[in-house]
Amino acid sequence: MASGHGWFGSGCFCSLGGVGCHRKRKDGGDGEDDISFLLQKAENVGKEWKKMERKKIKTCVAIAGADYCVIAADTRMSTGYSILTRDYSKICKLADKSFMASSGFQADVKALQKVLSSRHLIYQHQHNKQMSCPAMAQLLSNTLYYKRFFPYYAFNVLGGLDSEGKGCVFTYDAVGSYERVGYSAQGSGATLITPFLDNQLKSPSPLLLPAKDAVTPLSEAEAVDLVKTCFSSATERDIYTGDSVEIIILNGKGVRHETEQLRRD
Amino acid sequence: MVSPQTENSLLQSEGDLQRTQYPYVTGTSVIGIKYKDGILMAADMGGSYGSTIRYKSVERLKQVGKHSLIGASGEISDFQEILHYLDELILRDNMWDDGNSLGPKEVHNYLTRVMYNRRNKFDPLWNSLILGGVKNGQKYLGSVSMIGVHFEDDHVATGFGNHLARPILREEWREDLTFEEGVKLLEKCMRNLLYRDRSAVNKLQIAKITEEGLTISQPYSLKTFWNFAAFQNPTVGAEGSW
Repeated sequence: MASGHGWFGSGCFCSLGGVGCHRKRKDGGDGEDDISFLLQKAENVGKEWKKMERKKIKTCVAIAGADYCVIAADTRMSTGYSILTRDYSKICKLADKSFMASSGFQADVKALQKVLSSRHLIYQHQHNKQMSCPAMAQLLSNTLYYKRFFPYYAFNVLGGLDSEGKGCVFTYDAVGSYERVGYSAQGSGATLITPFLDNQLKSPSPLLLPAKDAVTPLSEAEAVDLVKTCFSSATERDIYTGDSVEIIILNGKGVRHETEQLRRD
Repeated sequence: MVSPQTENSLLQSEGDLQRTQYPYVTGTSVIGIKYKDGILMAADMGGSYGSTIRYKSVERLKQVGKHSLIGASGEISDFQEILHYLDELILRDNMWDDGNSLGPKEVHNYLTRVMYNRRNKFDPLWNSLILGGVKNGQKYLGSVSMIGVHFEDDHVATGFGNHLARPILREEWREDLTFEEGVKLLEKCMRNLLYRDRSAVNKLQIAKITEEGLTISQPYSLKTFWNFAAFQNPTVGAEGSW
């Protein structure tokens, strides 16, 4: 699997690239009718994507620690240069110990959340327990990939605690490729926040052998503080980030909720 | 290799020509606010055919069921189609005859699904909708767009209203606004839109919905004042070569 960040940086491209592939295969000449229909649809998808990029909800961050996980997102929702609302929560509780923060096209994100909640409800009825965070991570990937050729325009970070109570963060692109990481940022503020986190958290390279754990060395309070700093910094330069941050902290004791004001301009 | 003609006919067999590619007759902004006892909404009665103001008595505020009020901007025919969907929804709900009724939250959710479903078919209903209502003492005010984007807020506005009215609302809106204050605030917003939105007309309706029920005002017009120096000679202080 390619690195989460690489995929994210060109998240939009990577799927539109897929559309291009179809065109070549069609010219190759087999199954023409089916594929030209698909192509037509795919081209529409491309157009629609451009349109959708305007309706965005932005910027989310998650950090995993040894025994905690911090998930945060700002609460601004905008359309181009207009702010639609200053108080929109983009963090969704999927299970007791997994939370998803999403950026991208709001209507798709809501649809995705609905699908996941209903799948989780069925899981609870069948297994009489809450889904674990890594299981939810796989479900999210499958759900996104199910719509590979008309994707949900949603860029997610899933954070929570795994079955050993260790913090975990999963980061995704729109079509479902995902990776477990120590920290991740997605959305319009990701370009500003990611290098800052890289610098501050100095997590061991994923290329190291034997592999080292990617969880951050920070204490919970330090991580929460870092998240706040990230958001107030991103707000300075990113017009789509602002108003306030919503922070969710999971640890052995339970779930805590914090909000902090950001610049509103 | 598919020839362009074949591709074209495939395209048409997909019913591409039936899709709304662009709107014909459109209504401009709608504004909605929460106030002490419920929800207030305002919309003018213009129906624009491109830049021509073609219709001047279009009712864009309508009652939905017992507890809800809908306001629409965008394609008027699509709005009228939506009203048919809602009529059917309410009728089928009433047929249960179980004493339950759909509240504004449910209607808003329904609209959200309809709008998002149609955009997924690349055949959107070309509207921005505002839905308000009161049920069981709970005030509700939300908005849905053409492509299914939806949210709730204390005040909402569509189109130009988002640019011109919402900054005023953010300054002046309060939770405990009285009816009179609310109407005054809405009129201030509508007057601003009238001055700066070329497709706005000076004939509007204001609707009120509370626990007691819904009233939509008779059409009326606002007092305007065009003698501001900047209105009379807009180029003063910004002289060009011509």
